[in-house]
Amino acid sequence: MHAKVADKIATGILYVVAFLFITLLVSLFSYILFQGVPYISLDFLTSPSSTVQAGGGIRDQLFNSFYILFITMIITVPLGVCGGIYMAEYAKPGKVTNAIRTCIEMLASLPSIVVGMFGLLIFVNTTGWGYTIIGGALALTIFNIPVMVRVSEDAVRSVPQDQKEASLALGITKWHTIKTVILPAAFPGILTGAILASGRIFGEAAALLFTAGLSTPNLDYGNWNPFSASSPLNIFRPAETLAVHIWAVNTNGIMPDVQEIAAGSSAVLVLSVLLFNIIARVTGKRIQKKLTASK
Amino acid sequence: MVTVLNRAEQKTVKRKQKITKQIKPILQTQNLSISYGENKAVQDVSLPFSKNSITALIGPSGCGKSTFLRTINRMNDIIPSASYEGEIIYEDVNILDKNIDVIALRKEIGMVFQKPNPFAKSIYNNIAHALRFYNIKKKTVLAELVEESLTNAALWDEVKDRLHESAYQLSGGQQQRLCIARTLAMKPNVLLLDEPSSALDPVSNAKIEELIMKLKEKYTIIIVTHNMQQAARISDQTAFFLNGKLIEYDKTDKIFLNPANKETEAYISGRFG
Repeated sequence: MHAKVADKIATGILYVVAFLFITLLVSLFSYILFQGVPYISLDFLTSPSSTVQAGGGIRDQLFNSFYILFITMIITVPLGVCGGIYMAEYAKPGKVTNAIRTCIEMLASLPSIVVGMFGLLIFVNTTGWGYTIIGGALALTIFNIPVMVRVSEDAVRSVPQDQKEASLALGITKWHTIKTVILPAAFPGILTGAILASGRIFGEAAALLFTAGLSTPNLDYGNWNPFSASSPLNIFRPAETLAVHIWAVNTNGIMPDVQEIAAGSSAVLVLSVLLFNIIARVTGKRIQKKLTASK
Repeated sequence: MVTVLNRAEQKTVKRKQKITKQIKPILQTQNLSISYGENKAVQDVSLPFSKNSITALIGPSGCGKSTFLRTINRMNDIIPSASYEGEIIYEDVNILDKNIDVIALRKEIGMVFQKPNPFAKSIYNNIAHALRFYNIKKKTVLAELVEESLTNAALWDEVKDRLHESAYQLSGGQQQRLCIARTLAMKPNVLLLDEPSSALDPVSNAKIEELIMKLKEKYTIIIVTHNMQQAARISDQTAFFLNGKLIEYDKTDKIFLNPANKETEAYISGRFG
């Protein structure tokens, strides 16, 4: 009888906790959307921001956010996956591996503002680049690589040992086995890690304040030459992202519609992350299907 | 076979082959001991395996027969603590030698595992996977080899209309035959089977046994089994292992009808194990 009561109480508590979380999530999400969505318009999304007058948009910030995300992922994902494969398949258990693992965990728990200061020191001052997109992307890479390594390692480890053995027993090399058997099977896990990392990157402000900067030069969206100063594709230009913009207008914005811009930007940020997740999952599923011939 | 060796070794092998022309086992272990760290899993086993015969390895769980089997194609190399003593002579070469190309060796000595382990790929790609690694990329050649291997594994008629569906949609028995087909596609000389039908239902089991009997014509087969009837039905020779030692090795009829050793008799009559 006692065990049964305990079972019921535990079930009840878990349901209550789950309910609390869902309520919190839903109310937070709907608050942001209700506050912000009314201000989102085509004009808001496609016009540049203004510093003094009302009616500024977030065109450049939105572009910068996606562009920095893109550059960061190009660096983070290959490095992180390679690190994960090394940790799961090549690193021999021992002191060195333990030291590497400790370092990765330490790096993962670094506050992003510290990463920002480090970025300021290295990617802004030492290199002499000033505030740049590439500097911001590198700072975000430092910030996200531990997570990416960890997630990839777990994904590679979770592939059943018998798949690996089957391939090796056919006279196939370890690297080819990793490439053609283990990575396709680990793909969903790695993709989830990449999505989580991109969410963090997209919403990150502190690490970018001192690396990608608080301003954006006048951009000419018709200019596709990545070496031109006014080209949006130039990675050696400063770039204020959406998250940084929200922080900036809230702390020192002097335009009359600060509240509206902040609320609208927040809603766009949240919706972008959501949209990004959905697209990533749908394409991920399609790729996975192609790799494994599953239905 | 030739690919396993470097050039210098090939010369010595050719010389040896000239000297010894009489018929001898294709594969032979000599005083083979295998340890995991301090723990000796197999002790001092010498066994011959002659061409185109089926040898059954029997014995209670943990007696070292699977370890023995996995050493023959160096699959135990994956386990860092595994170490060997003695020799395994395959076509006049000691395959435990450091200079052996393990990758090429595994192509020659194929292995099928206890639990069916097809890749999470289509039926076709399960077989094409290893062929592509060995640079067979032409579609017509690939398709031919896939059909040939599936036919040899008695699976072609059941899957020919759904080659591009996932291998996971097959039944357990079909999956195991697919695993055999994928090994046959590498054109090995020796097949190592580690309890290949113990995870299957009786009907699938019968099909696998029938297949193994047929494969004997082309391959040398070593099979680990817990099923006494299976060993008696399909094998030519039987080796009985106990606590890492080879207790008795003889023709299967002799082992099952008139074993020389008391422990062998006790095991096959079901008194322990």
